[in-house]
Amino acid sequence: MNEAARRHILSTVCILGFFVIWEILCLIFNVSDIVLPRPSEILVTLWTRFPAIWPHAVQTLYTTLLGFAFGIAIGVLLGILIGSSRLAYDVAYPLLVGFSSIPKVAVVPIFVLWFGAGTVPAVLTAMIMCIFPIVVNVATGLAATEPELQDVMRTLRATKWEILWNIGLPRTMPYFFASLKVAATLAFVGAVISETVASNRGIGNLMMIASSSFDVPLVFAGLFILAILGVALYAGFSLIEGRVTGWAVRSENFAGGG
Amino acid sequence: MAESLSLPAGNVIELEKVRVTFGGPKNQVTALAETSLRVAHGEFVALVGPSGCGKSTILKLVAGTLAATEGHVFVAGREVDAESARIGMAFQNPTLLPWLNVRDNVMMPLKIVPPFKKEFSRKRRGEYRDRVEASLARVGLGGFGDKFPWQLSGGMQQRASLCRALIHDPTLLLLDEPFGALDQFTREELWEIMQQLWIDKRPTVLLVTHDLKEAAYLASRICVMQARPGRIVDDGVVPFARPRTIDLSFAPEFVSLTQRLRERIVAARAVQEAAP
Repeated sequence: MNEAARRHILSTVCILGFFVIWEILCLIFNVSDIVLPRPSEILVTLWTRFPAIWPHAVQTLYTTLLGFAFGIAIGVLLGILIGSSRLAYDVAYPLLVGFSSIPKVAVVPIFVLWFGAGTVPAVLTAMIMCIFPIVVNVATGLAATEPELQDVMRTLRATKWEILWNIGLPRTMPYFFASLKVAATLAFVGAVISETVASNRGIGNLMMIASSSFDVPLVFAGLFILAILGVALYAGFSLIEGRVTGWAVRSENFAGGG
Repeated sequence: MAESLSLPAGNVIELEKVRVTFGGPKNQVTALAETSLRVAHGEFVALVGPSGCGKSTILKLVAGTLAATEGHVFVAGREVDAESARIGMAFQNPTLLPWLNVRDNVMMPLKIVPPFKKEFSRKRRGEYRDRVEASLARVGLGGFGDKFPWQLSGGMQQRASLCRALIHDPTLLLLDEPFGALDQFTREELWEIMQQLWIDKRPTVLLVTHDLKEAAYLASRICVMQARPGRIVDDGVVPFARPRTIDLSFAPEFVSLTQRLRERIVAARAVQEAAP
């Protein structure tokens, strides 16, 4: 067995162990499922009530991904602007920091006021949650581009766009992907916050209703779904990241395939 | 090959009473005192001198990455600006882009510089690729096109950097101590490669270096510079016939030339240190 396989098995065992210990502790201390359901109960709930949970999960995934996509588009554009213009940096950074300091749950009612309850506020909340880390990372990546690399292009009389496209953006990719992994999980938070406050669909709404009827296993089933979706999205971006920015970690894998 | 080849008339580089200063009126530093320099087509000129003498400043002026405070800089008869002559440059660090393999790194100028860039998307897999492979083969990097920069040694990276500087047939090649960070043997190997490239293609070259042996081996003309304020204090022709060999660098006439250059620089430093 090689080193990598052993590490994988070990980490899987530890993660499973976490749930096993949870299960055992609940049994030993006889914890009521209204306080903290056991993982086995949560899995049973997931299985038996899957038809009821499924549409909510799809709705949450849909609003999250849509908000995430908008967030990436706007975040990258803003990041490029801030990273390449001093004036844009001075103007936009304070605004951005101020804006991101506002608790997002406080802006959901405003979105509801503007667009009505449902999908749109969830998408918008997911979007504003993930813009900030993307902007900051893209702008930092651009600002951190080595001047020597730019000099190579400047002696070739490259235009600003050519420098941005050939040097700035590729150089920024490791920063960008680092921010995507943070942003992907934040987008879920945003969508669920909005669903909790103002929607009749989505995991947030499901958990809201379940908790008001003390159906705690269903609440935890919702949390499980969110966690699984979040991990899946994170893993997806990690995979793409490895392919696109393998150069940054000098991966032989990247060198072979690229 | 003799030095006196028939070449197109005219100067590739003309610095006319150029001055460069940094800082405000209170703490002004003169990086380059009033300097004039002419480099003819096909010449290989080396700039030598102590640190801070303005060697790199001259290079940056010609490269167009630094603007003169006073005076004019002409490259190929036109004032240096966004539309000026085709320039290739190699730096002290190889500055290869880590996300591109060696082939794409060397190909980069063809993507940027007219007229190559017009046909880049059409020819990148055909003609341009062959061109890059041929140029890599010439410096001993044949078959390394798919490698990434970090997989190469420093000397190999620097060779790739030379290829990139020359791939678009520049009329002017600027070398900013490109062999400075290499070990002695790799350096001598690259001198030979550089000399052969120059004999084959005859670009005009401006080389900045600390290494007097390197200057005497490669250049057809050496300008000695002095610091505070930076200026050219000596300008002489290197008489040795080409192709020169490393053995030549142990010949008495070669040694006496480098010795003379060294004395010139040491004397200049003494004057400089005596000054307040």
